[in-house]
Amino acid sequence: MSNDRTITLEVMRYRPETDAAPSFQSYVVPYVEEWVVLDALNYVKDNLDTTVSYRWSCHMAVCGSCGMMIDGEPKLSCKAFLRDYGSKIRVEPLSHFPIERDLVVVIDDFIEKFTRIRPYIIAQSEKPVSEGEYLQTPAQLHKYKQFTLCINCLLCYAACPQYAHNPEFVGPAALSMAHRYNLDSRDSGRDLRQEVSASHEGVWECSFVGACSDVCPKHVDPAAAIQQTKIASTMDYYKALLPGGK
Amino acid sequence: MMGRKPYIREVSKTTWWLKHPRYMNYMLREVTSLFIGLYTAVAIDGVWRLQQGREAWEHFIAWTFSTEAVFMHIVFLVFAVIHTTTWFNVTPKAMPMHVGDEPLPDAAIIGAHYAGWVVVSVLALLIAGK
Amino acid sequence: MAKSHKPIIWGLFAGGGMVSAFVTPVMILITGLAVPFHLISREAMSYDRVHAFASNPIGKLLLFVVIFLPAWHAAHRLRITAHDFGLRQDIPIAVVLYVTAAVGTIMTISALLKM
Ligand code: SF4
Ligand code: FES
Repeated sequence: MSNDRTITLEVMRYRPETDAAPSFQSYVVPYVEEWVVLDALNYVKDNLDTTVSYRWSCHMAVCGSCGMMIDGEPKLSCKAFLRDYGSKIRVEPLSHFPIERDLVVVIDDFIEKFTRIRPYIIAQSEKPVSEGEYLQTPAQLHKYKQFTLCINCLLCYAACPQYAHNPEFVGPAALSMAHRYNLDSRDSGRDLRQEVSASHEGVWECSFVGACSDVCPKHVDPAAAIQQTKIASTMDYYKALLPGGK
Repeated sequence: MMGRKPYIREVSKTTWWLKHPRYMNYMLREVTSLFIGLYTAVAIDGVWRLQQGREAWEHFIAWTFSTEAVFMHIVFLVFAVIHTTTWFNVTPKAMPMHVGDEPLPDAAIIGAHYAGWVVVSVLALLIAGK
Repeated sequence: MAKSHKPIIWGLFAGGGMVSAFVTPVMILITGLAVPFHLISREAMSYDRVHAFASNPIGKLLLFVVIFLPAWHAAHRLRITAHDFGLRQDIPIAVVLYVTAAVGTIMTISALLKM
């Protein structure tokens, strides 16, 4: 399978116990046609340097844990083929997040925001199991399906300049997940979620750069979710101004 | 025990948009607002002169023949067209549409906007020039 | 988290963006380029003809919409753009831009009402 071709991985290293700031370390790894960047990193870890830290799990673009900057672009490293890059590939931890160690970033901020938007169905009233399931037509499913595909890989946050400049911004994945539940016919939690989505730190921090949707590996299109939420929130606002509005 | 010491990378507040073509395109789209604003100021000036009377209006029209005015309007036009295209191209995201249960393809939504734009522009020119 | 009042301005921004996308290019052509480039005659933009258009209630309404909405669109987007260029004096910038748009709106209304 392989000839003697190699590539150089330039990996950003940060060892909190010794380093004041991150720096790059180069590793020469074999070039294998069907390898992704994650395979190259695993080669480094297994054969060259056991101290390199990074996250991964599924190796098939479903767990969302292997996001990193590859040649400056947020990517899933398990989906980024070596053959699509040059002989030197620069690998950095996801932008806009604090670096915990090497390629591992601190994502507590996202987890907190994700929790805040209540990413679960809030039914008007709980039905007892004996009454059967909550029914939904294919058309009702279709409305929100795209927004369920998010794997929380955070590439969108790493691409978003507004998040970079204001970490309070709730951000693309959390806002589009809120939209996903708001659109679900079984859900009636929109008012609760709007307290977050329609706040200053919610959709109004977004200036529709659209970078999130460009980099999303699952075609969730968070930018679309946010624009739709802006329009719906604006309608709410004007409606509330009408006599009899709330 | 190893202590935690998360490292924060600073992002420039003023030059961040030079780092990626995607961000530059975004900034180009955003600065169209400056030219839309300036042209609108010219339009308000025109309406104001129209209200002032014949002489003031003739001045306004005569001014549009000057080199500066022609140059300015060409620049306005270029940015206004950038505004139009960037605006139309994202309409499917903001306003997804359905026909029955089927989502309308993006190209149909965008295409309808462009078609409407051509109709409005041609009609306006015909009415203005008749 | 406080509910935002952004929708007031954002509604104008979005409506203005749409109106502007459709009509600003052709407006620029008509009022600025078509006459000098002889696409339409100078006669077509004569005082009598344009004044008659602005005196008609429908003409007034059209002119109002195609001027006031783009003005607010531009004011709001410029506010965001200033922030994107790193200017962090958001409130003073917003006040200056919105006041400018408001003055333009008032001038347009008063001019149109006088015709
Ligand atoms: S929206 Fe897309 S880019 Fe963002 S976390 Fe979800 S899958 Fe990843
Ligand atoms: S390893 Fe699971 S998404 Fe890449």
